[in-house]
Amino acid sequence: MKSVVMDIKTTRRRNQSRLAQWTFAWTATTALAAFGPQFLWDDAAGLTALAILLNVGIGIGMVLANRRLLEGLDELERKIHLESLALTLGLTLIVGIGYSLLDSTDIIPWDAEISFLVIFMGLCYLLAVVINQKRYS
Amino acid sequence: MKNRIRVLRAEKRWTQEDLANSVGVSRQTINAIEKEKFDPSLPTAFRIARLFDLPIEKVFQYEEESV
Repeated sequence: MKSVVMDIKTTRRRNQSRLAQWTFAWTATTALAAFGPQFLWDDAAGLTALAILLNVGIGIGMVLANRRLLEGLDELERKIHLESLALTLGLTLIVGIGYSLLDSTDIIPWDAEISFLVIFMGLCYLLAVVINQKRYS
Repeated sequence: MKNRIRVLRAEKRWTQEDLANSVGVSRQTINAIEKEKFDPSLPTAFRIARLFDLPIEKVFQYEEESV
């Protein structure tokens, strides 16, 4: 049998590890920017701005790491993930606006928090990937 | 698109994993192509045909989908 064209598994493992590191760093800097003003630097505006800038910078790194991971996948895997991302984006837009309207029209008694959308996006993406993988297996 | 990958692979006694490693895709992708649930890209189709030492039209047959 002829030699391997590309060690796709090694590349994928390396990209997954990089994405995990970026995601961990982003989560840590999110916590720092959220709780630092209260617990670490007594609401110093300069330090808070710095923490938020760091958080956004590392967030961009995380997005680029995710793009590299997608580029390292094979064509079917990429199709599965891109379809799932498209579905997640569309549903998040629709559900997010609907949720915001529920808040602004006082139909729900609590504030529409962005954290709800983040959890919704995560679950939606996960579910879409599982369903798409089943479709092609 | 129809293909003869499963038969050709059996003749060579290759597993899906063997073929996947040689083509540079996952085993799931080879499985989806064999089951005709997924049409490979042109470069992947050519790589597969080359591995079997066959012209691409002997491995893949295009059939017009009924509308």
